Amino acid sequence: MTAAATQARSETLWRRALDGIVSSPKALVALVLCVALVFIAIFGPWLAPQNPYDLTAIDFFDARLPPMSESMSGSVYLLGTDGQGRDMLSAMIYGLRTSLGVGLLSGLVALLLGTALGLVAAYFGGRVDAMIMRTVDLMLGLPTILIALMLLAILGQGVWKVILALVLVQWALFARAVRAAALVERGKEYVEAAASLGLSKPRILFGHLLPNCMPPIIVVGTLQVANAISAEATLSFLGIGLPITEPSLGLLISNGYQTLLSGQYWISVYPGLLLLVLVFSINIVGDRLREVLNPRFAGRS
Amino acid sequence: MTVFVIRRLLQSIGVLFATSIIVFLGVYAIGNPVDILIAADATQAERQAAIVALGLDRSLPEQYWIFLTNALQGDFGRSFVFSQPAISLIFARLPATLELAFVALVIALVIGIPLGLIAGLKPRSVTDETIMTGSILGFSLPNFWQGMMLIMIFSVWLGWLPASGRGVVGEVLGVRTSLATWDGIAHLILPALNLALFQLALVIRLTRTGVRETMPLDFVKFARAKGLSERRIVLVHVLKNIMIPVVTVVGMEFGSLIAFAVVTETIFAWPGIGKLLIDSIMVLDRPVVVSYLLVVVTMFIVLNLVVDILYSVLDPRIRLRDAQ
Repeated sequence: MTAAATQARSETLWRRALDGIVSSPKALVALVLCVALVFIAIFGPWLAPQNPYDLTAIDFFDARLPPMSESMSGSVYLLGTDGQGRDMLSAMIYGLRTSLGVGLLSGLVALLLGTALGLVAAYFGGRVDAMIMRTVDLMLGLPTILIALMLLAILGQGVWKVILALVLVQWALFARAVRAAALVERGKEYVEAAASLGLSKPRILFGHLLPNCMPPIIVVGTLQVANAISAEATLSFLGIGLPITEPSLGLLISNGYQTLLSGQYWISVYPGLLLLVLVFSINIVGDRLREVLNPRFAGRS
Repeated sequence: MTVFVIRRLLQSIGVLFATSIIVFLGVYAIGNPVDILIAADATQAERQAAIVALGLDRSLPEQYWIFLTNALQGDFGRSFVFSQPAISLIFARLPATLELAFVALVIALVIGIPLGLIAGLKPRSVTDETIMTGSILGFSLPNFWQGMMLIMIFSVWLGWLPASGRGVVGEVLGVRTSLATWDGIAHLILPALNLALFQLALVIRLTRTGVRETMPLDFVKFARAKGLSERRIVLVHVLKNIMIPVVTVVGMEFGSLIAFAVVTETIFAWPGIGKLLIDSIMVLDRPVVVSYLLVVVTMFIVLNLVVDILYSVLDPRIRLRDAQ
């Protein structure tokens, strides 16, 4: 297999994914939303009206103002302020950065770890396979939230601890999907050909098997980022996720929980809506990708 | 059959054993067990006595053995906060959680199966697209935020339903339950609905897939040829066939409901084990945390085992495949 051929195939894969999304108006809107949110997260510090964690920028007298109210200095708080007098819109933009960052990073690490283990399990088989897959069964047999709770109850709070917990609950899904795909691929002639050419095992694994296992990796990867963002928000809401120094959307919602009952709805409602839009649009894109990349459906439309 | 049950049983024991090691290592080896297991306000002499009593001066394998033998006798230590055996605290709160999870499951099935049927019978129609997008929304809604919105709408704005607590608990056939009184039912509606939504989305998807796989089968064509009404075919023959996978998956998901109840119970102040867990984590009441984890994991494993065995009784192909 030449490099050009590999490249051509991966081009058609991404092409197929993109065509699939563009041909569905719903998925296209969702993708545009995802891209826009990522853009907002990246350029957040320049887009936000205020740096909500700069103590000199916030005014305590502006606390708990409803949306569209005017601040002490004359500017307008579009979405109101929270209990400390922070502009909600700015806090949400910064929260989005944290939520997306944690979700993407943990998803990526889980993807790399799970893919590597899945490939190894499928290629070597035997005892290695059995050991990896028993661990996968163990992880997938228990609900994600329970494992994450267990880990964080033991480890304590912190950004890296949350990412570690999210990676540990997610890698198994990647490993299972990749192993299933790689088992099918392993029996094909090109793998045999590569082996008889005397190529090294890592090269066969990552240079030849891996490119052919991309569809499930892309699908599971997309859906897992959404899951990771949700899980992090839930853990932060419960008070065992991110510390208050790294306020994600989940923590912002949690802050408004007490004031919700007294009618100050905006502190929880808007960050929640943003979180919903983020997770919903990633899920819509993922669902569409599953439809167009799934080998069972491919070639039918 | 016996071989299958024994194999499954051994696997389950293996998983439980692995979990006990993880929990043990987490609490006893990673953290400082003296800080974790002994109340912070203990005097130096009390600490020393506790260290000896807990066997913390011995080697790690020895300590694990003590932990395991105590745990097998249902002894997970005493709660610092309540000064009661941790395990009895868990069992005192368990009925509230089971009740919540059970009602949520019923809601998910009663609403989810008809919606899944409708979607599956008219694939690619506007109704189908709407229901399926709705189910993705159900998966995407942050559970805790959704609960807060339910409180905001139905308790704060409309004032129809209470926002927290379990209400008056009555007794039906010797079981204490909120379902016995109107007040209890009113308290149960919002939390149960909140917990049900995720499962509801799952039931819709499962039912729809089942319908789409079953409709092209020969027995459906045969029933049509026999002149049965479409209504009868779908509601009796097709539904019967798709119930097996739906009930299996949902049965296994009952464990997830109990784990997810942590979020719902926290928001609605429902006095179940989930709320107890979060409260205990906050005040570092580790014996309760350890008991919760082991009890829930055990329940989960037993549930999976029962579903697996029932399934293999209903469908012998599973057993054969496993034996190969």
